[in-house]
Amino acid sequence: MSAAPGATAVDVAAAVRSGQRSAADVVDDHLAEIEAGEPQIHAFNHVMADRARAAAAEIDRRLAAGEDPGPLAGVPVALKDNLCTRGVPTTCSSRILEGWLPPYDATVVVRLRRAGAVAVGKTNLDEFAMGSSTENSAFGPTRNPRDRGRVPGGSSGGSAAAVAAGFAPLALGTDTGGSIRQPAALCGVVGAKPTYGLVSRYGLIAFASSLDQVGPFATTVADAALLLDVIAGHDPLDSTSLDGDLPSARARLDGGPEGLRVGVVTELSNAEGIASDVRSRVQAAADALAAGGAKVEEVSVPAAVYGLSAYYLIAPAEASSNLSRYDGVRYGLRVAGPDITSTYGATRAAGFGPEVKRRIMLGTYALSAGYYDAYYGQAQRVRTLIIRDFETAYASFDVLLSPTTPTVAFELGAKTSDPLSMYLSDVCTIPSSLAGHPAMTVPFGTGADGLPVGVQILAPALGETVMFQVAAALEAVAPKEVQA
Amino acid sequence: MPGRITHDDVAHVARLARLDVTEAEIEMFTEQLGAVLAHAADVASLDTTGVPETAHPLPLSNVLRPDVPTPSLERDEVLAQAPSVDDGRFRVPRILGEAP
Repeated sequence: MSAAPGATAVDVAAAVRSGQRSAADVVDDHLAEIEAGEPQIHAFNHVMADRARAAAAEIDRRLAAGEDPGPLAGVPVALKDNLCTRGVPTTCSSRILEGWLPPYDATVVVRLRRAGAVAVGKTNLDEFAMGSSTENSAFGPTRNPRDRGRVPGGSSGGSAAAVAAGFAPLALGTDTGGSIRQPAALCGVVGAKPTYGLVSRYGLIAFASSLDQVGPFATTVADAALLLDVIAGHDPLDSTSLDGDLPSARARLDGGPEGLRVGVVTELSNAEGIASDVRSRVQAAADALAAGGAKVEEVSVPAAVYGLSAYYLIAPAEASSNLSRYDGVRYGLRVAGPDITSTYGATRAAGFGPEVKRRIMLGTYALSAGYYDAYYGQAQRVRTLIIRDFETAYASFDVLLSPTTPTVAFELGAKTSDPLSMYLSDVCTIPSSLAGHPAMTVPFGTGADGLPVGVQILAPALGETVMFQVAAALEAVAPKEVQA
Repeated sequence: MPGRITHDDVAHVARLARLDVTEAEIEMFTEQLGAVLAHAADVASLDTTGVPETAHPLPLSNVLRPDVPTPSLERDEVLAQAPSVDDGRFRVPRILGEAP
């Protein structure tokens, strides 16, 4: 049972809980791995070395006293830098929050600590989670550990890269339209967006509030399930948090595919720009599930083709409202003008990068008088159509299958000058986001240039148990990848 | 369906968003927003007569809690993050014109 960098969270926690390895050694090993690899990758905005060592020492002290520190005892975890950490810089990769120290912890950060996990750093992202390559960071891009000339995807590119590089076995990201699933696929790791409301968003800095969810990155399905089960659950501090009977991601990991009904979504497999290497990997995954005894058929979700357009009206509209709080008054950057109105305009002009400004502009326009109904209202009605079409599909299928991304990881700079081409990276991940449904990606072999391809598993609301069951079944038969 | 977004629309929206923009940014945004909105034409032109709007994926109504006082954030810790503070308060530039 290894606890060295590259080991799974399940193995690390078992080694620490059994006394085979100290949490201090585990954390030191991972910090050394970060120190060696980080200059080439830039996964982190901030490495929490001192705090991580102190937290590890505390876990070892508790173990020595006969206590159980929890299911993630001594496991290093990387946190996307839009999750608030009390007293630790939290920037959203934006100049407007540079140097800000949150006065409170996000609920997911508290839950991780209570489970014995050790936060090792805050990971890079597209500014305010707006982007699909992590190139929209004010602090420079993250590089894909599988090919450093390529993007890691985004917006949670730092979290995906940290896990793929072995800097931490686990990471948290956030997913609004694909920001966990797309980078996980491009970096060859597992990533899951839970059902909207399953994980508390208290302390997650808001981008688009009807879509944002926190979720896990890991190298294995079992690790991702363990992490999700730790962070999931009702939180009175988040009014959109679900209560009652909530699913466990780990309940049926060894259930296998036999007897499950799996639909391959026609509209997403043939969506705009899906490359043939990606499509053939999805077909291979469907064939593997059928060989394992699942009933696999094609299924149509007609309104899914409108997902991208609806999303790029709804998400910017919500963002333009959420980001109005960055006014230079209570925290963050202030560029002072002669009066308050000019202070707002100058602060926001200096503090936000081009993509954030673009989305604020787009969202403000979609909400403005004369355009509200044609754009925002219409997008919300299309959202209803997408939900209805999913309901029809899930009446006949337990889970759906599709590509996670149109292509393997693209080269740095390839899409930065054409925002619309970047937005198309999210075409397969957006429909589940609009519906509030869970969806996840598992690596399933490689495509062009030997780069990883992810297969997306979609499930109905609170369908995490069957979604992870299928993910584990696919993982068990996935081609063993030769690392670049 | 609305017509193509114009230079004046973009300048107006920037004012609504309290975002200072340069002339070059207005030109860039006019083109880029035009491209995104053109892609959204498929949605804008769809017949959705009788379809209700979904603002939120959960069937949630107002969430209430007992009206019991709980500790707030540490005042000094919060104020320490402000750009300008005066006597325990956030200090801001002038909001109204000169006093008469």
